[in-house]
Order: sequence, then C-alpha cells, then structure tokens
Amino acid sequence: MVTFWVALLATSILIYLLLDGFDLGVGMLCGLAHSEAKRETMLHTVAPVWDGNETWLVVTGVIMWGAFPLAYATVMSAFYIPVIVMLLGLILRGVAFEFRSKALRSRWIWDVSFVAGSLVASFMQGAMVGALVEGLQFSNGDYVGGTFGWLTAFSALCGIGLCFGYSLLGACWLVRKCEGLVRDAARRQIPPLAIGVLMFLIVVFAYALAEHLPILQRWTDRPYLFLFPLIGAGAAAVLATSVLRHDDYWPFHMVALIFAAAFGTLALSFWPYMIPFVLTIDEAAAPHASLAFMFWGAGLFVFPLMLLYVAVGYRVFRGKSAPAVDHY
Amino acid sequence: MDPTALLLSRLQFAFTISFHIIFPAFTIGLAAWLTVLEAMHQYSGRPVYRTLFEFWLKIFGVAFGMGVVSGVVMAFQFGTNWSVLSKMSGPIQGPLLAYETFTAFMLEAGFFGILIFGRPRVPPWFYLFSTAMVALGTTLSAFWIMVNNSWMQVPTGYVLQNGQFVPDDWAQIIFNRVVWVRFPHMLLASYLTGAFCVAATGAWYVLRRTYRPEAHVMLRMGLALAAVLLPVQLFIGHLVGDYVHDYQPAKFAAIEARWHDEQPASEVLIAIPDSSTESNRYAISIPVLGSIIASMSLNSKEVGLSSFAPQDRPPVAIPFFAFRIMVGCGFVMLGLAWLGTWLGLKHRLERSRLLLWGIFLSFPLPWIAILTGWYTAEVGRQPWTVYGVLRTADAATPFLTASAATASLILFVAVYAFIFSFGTYYIYRLLRAGPAGLGGKSLEVPVPNRPMSLADKMPTIVEAGE
Ligand code: HDD
Ligand code: HEM
Ligand code: HEM
Repeated sequence: MVTFWVALLATSILIYLLLDGFDLGVGMLCGLAHSEAKRETMLHTVAPVWDGNETWLVVTGVIMWGAFPLAYATVMSAFYIPVIVMLLGLILRGVAFEFRSKALRSRWIWDVSFVAGSLVASFMQGAMVGALVEGLQFSNGDYVGGTFGWLTAFSALCGIGLCFGYSLLGACWLVRKCEGLVRDAARRQIPPLAIGVLMFLIVVFAYALAEHLPILQRWTDRPYLFLFPLIGAGAAAVLATSVLRHDDYWPFHMVALIFAAAFGTLALSFWPYMIPFVLTIDEAAAPHASLAFMFWGAGLFVFPLMLLYVAVGYRVFRGKSAPAVDHY
Repeated sequence: MDPTALLLSRLQFAFTISFHIIFPAFTIGLAAWLTVLEAMHQYSGRPVYRTLFEFWLKIFGVAFGMGVVSGVVMAFQFGTNWSVLSKMSGPIQGPLLAYETFTAFMLEAGFFGILIFGRPRVPPWFYLFSTAMVALGTTLSAFWIMVNNSWMQVPTGYVLQNGQFVPDDWAQIIFNRVVWVRFPHMLLASYLTGAFCVAATGAWYVLRRTYRPEAHVMLRMGLALAAVLLPVQLFIGHLVGDYVHDYQPAKFAAIEARWHDEQPASEVLIAIPDSSTESNRYAISIPVLGSIIASMSLNSKEVGLSSFAPQDRPPVAIPFFAFRIMVGCGFVMLGLAWLGTWLGLKHRLERSRLLLWGIFLSFPLPWIAILTGWYTAEVGRQPWTVYGVLRTADAATPFLTASAATASLILFVAVYAFIFSFGTYYIYRLLRAGPAGLGGKSLEVPVPNRPMSLADKMPTIVEAGE
C-alpha cells in the first residue's frame, strides 16, 4: 500500500513538473517577446490547459497530506515563506489568462504579472528542492531552521536552475505548437537555455562535491543511479540534432525525457527517505485505514480516469494552435 | 506558540477562505445553469438560450479562474499554518481532500478548457457533456469539502492513536446526518446565488430597457428557481440548527445569546450580548419560543453559556449577529422571489420598477448569507478546531513567527485586493455590455481557441455604439 502511494506521488510530481513546467516556462519566455501579437500567440498555446496542469500541484499536495501526513505537515510548515510566495506567483499568473484580454489599457499589468508570477513560482519550486537536497535543520523530527532556513546559496542556485529548465521546456513546447516568428524565436532560444541548464548541472555537482553533501554518498552506494544521467545525455544528443534539423516534434519530448531522468535520479537518491535523512517514507505514511480507503477508490479507479481527462484535453487541442489575430 | 502568530494565522485563514468562497458560491450555481441552458438550446433550438449561454460563459470563466487560484492556496494552508492539525487529522482530512481533488477538481479542470475553448472542436453532444461534467465537478467538490468540514464540526468514526486521528469507520465519517443536512444547505445556497445574480442582471436590463428577450428569460428563470428553492432552504436551515443543538450546545447557546439555563427557554430576537456581565442589553425576546425552536416542546430546558467552563465558550457576538443576518437575508430573498414570481405570472413584473430595483440591488444578499452562515459555523466552533478534541491554539504551526505570519497576511491582502478589484471591474464591464452582437447568428466565433476573444470584443462594440 505504501509503495503504491509513493509510486503515485512520484508519478504526480513528474506529471506536474512536465505539464506545469512548460506552462511556467512559456510564462517566463513571454518576458522576452517584444510584440503584443507574439505574447498573445504564446499565451494561447497554454490557455486551454493551464488549469489542468496546475491541478497536478494540488494532486501532489493532497496525496502527500492523505498518504504521508507527517511529511506534508513538516515540509509545508518549514517552507512557509517559499510556499506562500509560490502560491501568490501562481495566482498572479493564473488570473492573467482570464484578465489579460479583457483589459484594454491595463493589459501591460497582466503581461507583467504573467511573467513575474511564472518566474517567482518557478524559482521558489527550485529553491525548495535545493533546500531538501542540501538538508534542512531538524532536531528530534521538529524543524528548527527558522523562517529563512531554506534560503542558501545552493537553494538559490537551484531556483535559478529550475527557471532555466522550465524555460527550456517552454521553448520546446512553443516550437511544437507554433509556426512562423514565434517558433523561430523559440528555436533560437533553445541552445542558450540548454547551455544554461548544463552549466547549472555542472556547478551543482561541483558544489555537492566540495561541500560533501550527504546525498552524494548515495551515488557511490548505488551505481545504477548513473543510468539516469546516461539517459539524459542521450536525450540531450537527440535534442541537439533535432534542433539542428529544425524538427518541431522531437525537442519537446527529449527535454521531457531529460526532466524525467533528472527527477528519477533525485527520487532514487532520496529513497527510502521522504525528507532526506530525517523522515523515511514508512515513518511518514498514514495508517493503513487511510491508505486503503484512498486505494480502493481514488487510487485504483479515479487516477486512471484523471489521466484520461488529461489525454482527452490534449487531444481536443492537438496540433498547431492558430496564430493570434489582432482583434482591434 | 506565539499568540500573535496564532491570531494572525486565524485571520489569514478566515480572510483567504472568505475570499475563496465568493467564487465557488457563484460558479456552482452558474455551472448548473449553463448546463440547463445548453441542454435547452440543443433541445429547442431557440437562439435566446444560446445567446445567454455564451454571455454567462464569459462571466463564468473569470469567476472560475479566480476560484481556482484562490482554492489552490487553501489546499496548502493547512500545512503551512496548521501543521499540528495536518499531522493529527491528515489520516482523515487528507484522504477526503484527495477524493475531492481526484473526483472533482480534475473533472472540472479537464473539461473547463473544452467548455471555454472547445466548442468548434467537438461535436455538440460532447460539448453538452463537458458542460455537465464541469457542473458535476463543482457539486462533488462542494460535497467532499462539506464532509471534510463536518468532520471537524462533529468528529466521528475515528480512534486516537499515537497522536493521530485514525479512521475506523469511513461510512460513519461520510454518511452521517450532519453532512446530509449541511451539504444540501450549502448547495442550495450556491444555487440561490446563481439564481439571484441572473435575476438581478435581468432586472437591470429591464430597467435600462435593453436586451428585452434575454432579460425576460433571466428574470423569470432566476426568480422562479429562487421562489421554489428558498422555502426548502429555510427548512433545511432549521435542520442544520437541530444538529448544532444536539452536538454543539455551546455554539447553540452562543447563537441564541442564552447566558443561563432556562426552562422553558425564551427566544432572543435581537439584543446586544455583553460578555462582561454575561447578559444581554436591549433584548427583545419572546417567552417559550426558544424551547419550541430548539426542541419542539413547550417547556424543555435549554442550556446556557454559563454551564460551560470559560475556556470552552465560543465568542458570542459574532455567531449571534451573523446568524441573524443570514436568516434575515433568507427572508428578504423569499419576499422578493415570491412577489416577483407572482407579479410575473400576472404579467405586471416589467412595470413594477420599484420591485425591479429591489431585485437588482439584492444580488449581494446570497453572498452575505453564505459568509455570515460560515462565520456562525466556524466562529461558533471556537475554541476548538476539531470540536471537543483539538483546540485551535494547539492546532497551529508551533514555530511560526509573528513576523512571518504578518508578512504573509499583508501579501495575501495586497494581492487579493488587487485581483479582486480588477476581477469585479471586468465582470461589471461584461455585464454592462450585455450579450451584444451575439444574437444567435454570430455563432462562428472568430478565433475559436481563444477564451476571451468574445469578451474583448464586447466592450469595444458597445463603446463604439454608445
Ligand atoms: C462549497 C463549496 C466550496 C468550499 C467551502 C471550498 N471550495 Fe474550493 N472550490 C470549490 C468549492 C468549494 C469549487 C466550486 O470546486 C471551485 C471554485 C471555483 C473552481 O474553479 O472550483 C474550488 C476550487 C478549489 C481548488 C482549485 C481546484 C483546481 O485546481 O481546479 C482548490 C485546491 C480548492 N478549491 C480547495 C479548497 C479547500 C482546501 C477548501 C477549504 C478549506 C475549499 N476549497 C473550500
Ligand atoms: C431560516 C433560515 C435559516 C436557518 C434557520 C439557517 C440555519 C443555519 C445554521 C444554524 C447554521 C450553522 C451551522 C453550523 O454551525 O454548522 C447555518 C450555516 C449556514 N447557512 Fe444557514 N440558515 C438559514 C438560511 C440560510 C440562507 C438563506 C443561506 C444562503 C443563501 C444560508 C447559508 C448558510 C451557509 C453557507 C452556512 C455555512 C455552512 C454550514 O455550516 O452548513 N442559510 N445556517
Ligand atoms: C468556505 C466557507 C468558509 C468560511 C467563510 C470559513 C470561515 C472561517 C473563519 C472565519 C475562521 C476563523 C475562526 C476563528 O479562528 O475564530 C475559520 C477557521 C478555520 N476553518 Fe473555516 N470557513 C469555511 C470553510 C472551511 C472548510 C470547508 C474547512 C475545512 C475543510 C475549514 C477549516 C478551517 C480551519 C482549519 C480553520 C482554522 C482553525 C480554527 O480557527 O479553528 N473552513 N474558517
């Protein structure tokens, strides 16, 4: 039962990363688009799906609360500031979808809030993961790190890294969904973003080596973990060639694969901990009665249905999305 | 824990949930109404239904978006501010919220995109199906959250083990009588909100002498629905009161401002409760009626607040006044709905300008009733978060500092005030512009996969025409 819910939690996080990742990435890239029409076209590629994408964050949150209440309570309260700032960022960018085109003179406000909200939310997510990797301060299972215990050079670096990663995913999404100028601009953004992500990975690795982060030991204990970077490297190679060939379809899938590989690495190097070296999965798990209740309904039947809704949604809006028509 | 941080957390929760409920209250009713309109259009083919559908869909889109973003906040606030509660009640409240997310939020979110952008891309039956799924999603969402909150009001079906509430009877948790009166009470409240907003918009257009056919349908449908639902709602409200009487005597005493045990009990209609002297000032009360309302008897004994230890008593003024405001709103709405429907049947409604003004101005009433109803329920539950077992003071995050809580509260107030002002302004503009230019024929929407492409046109067209 516990294994089932860990697997479902991991799946949901991964789905969230991929879906809201490109969505937030498009948001950040909007900041680089100069013309009104371009921003509008970019927004359209995500408008029909953003709500569903964001709901995977809620799915992740409630699986954690229902199946691993101790982890939920600990993580959320320790990350008080970053969680709330992330939520506010998500609010500002979420309302921009509805408000932007309703506004006449005040449209720039929603452009700014769309870009800034996406940026802030991505940064905070990266910083929280970074803080978990580096390790928060606990004594006897209680968080003692203080209000800003999560903020370190390393976590800030991870925040920036995730912004690059999401933007890369967003650029590939635009290449896949758009045509003309927007696609060309996005294609030109891919190499610098990819190099940014690569640099980030190198710096993080060097930092981890220099600081002897405990998580690094996992790598020597578990050599099979090196499989994931290999997959990632393979995907990066395909990405490079497909960008050179001006292919619209493959880049997105390859970056998604890189994300999946990175996530797999991280998840398996945490195992069997939920919060590294403080709280194991078994300690965090809810009583059997709760897990079983969720399993026999939500887990077994509704989860596949949710995947179906996502598939239906993306199928209805498949193909290149129409370019924006200037409507004034 | 720091008492200031506790107070700020309570304020923050009250503020963010009050903000959130404004939108679900509206979208639950509106989603159901949109489904009815779409079905009626597909069945009868009358263009007016389609016009109304497209018009309200735009407003629905804005309100729904704001409901979603403010709801995501709620799902995380249990952990950020109430970590002890989330740790202890996670095994029960967590799965309930998980069911809500899995069965309701995903359904809504999945079909919302199709509802807004998908009409040109899917066959009509599937579009109707998507509309119905969004409506079903909002209803299921209300159901699960009421189960969740009802468990906090009247905890059942659990045992306390290792400092956690461990469920031992899910059927008892989900299918108890408290849920089955509170869920209908909330659902009807949302339908009433939808009905009154629609009717008020109709009244507004009649007063402005625009959009006659649409205004006629809106006014009739809204008022008729409200006229039928209101008596049911008042009756269910009475049943809700019964559960409070049976399970939460201290809250009941606070609602009634009954300081001392009485037999037979009187009913305080209005007064200013004074907790320092434990008595009411300027009270107007009716003897014996208190016993009749509470126990359907002429001489039952009713418990007063002084029978509870001071640290177990809820505040009195808020539940007392909030309850009276809710009931008052209910009766005013009943009067408007019945009078309006009756005049409508006699074809005199469109000429009674005074009543039309009344209906137009009444649109905030359901929201006021919903908010004050929740204040009655939640403030009356104090000092407990999980009634009788977990005190609010013990439920909060122990290490939360007052400065962090102040910062987050200020941020929430600033951001919510900002988006709320723009959101209401945009909705107002849409309502003001009306269903212009959509008179049944312009069904080929120019850029179909843009949600707001209709919406942006609206104000421009009207501004040009004015
Ligand atoms: C009776 C109705 C009701 C009440 C009391 C609440 N909600 Fe709500 N909520 C809804 C009715 C609703 C809804 C109708 O389902 C919404 C509003 C508009 C919408 O998009 O869905 C919604 C949206 C919504 C969302 C976003 C769903 C998405 O991503 O699509 C979340 C996470 C929550 N809510 C969570 C909560 C929590 C944790 C609450 C309590 C503390 C809460 N809501 C009270
Ligand atoms: C005679 C009329 C009414 C009576 C006697 C009544 C009774 C009650 C009572 C006793 C509560 C507190 C329940 C608790 O503590 O859990 C309550 C809550 C509530 N009421 Fe009413 N009510 C009436 C009318 C209305 C109307 C007209 C509306 C809205 C349109 C409404 C909306 C609500 C809501 C949203 C709540 C909070 C949810 C809940 O606790 O169930 N009520 N009502
Ligand atoms: C949507 C309508 C709701 C409104 C307007 C509302 C209102 C409030 C208010 C005013 C408070 C502060 C009470 C005080 O501290 O004096 C509060 C607290 C709280 N409510 Fe609600 N509430 C609503 C729904 C819910 C639901 C559905 C849940 C749970 C599923 C919930 C859970 C809580 C919790 C955990 C607290 C904080 C602890 C406490 O103060 O007891 N509320 N709410």
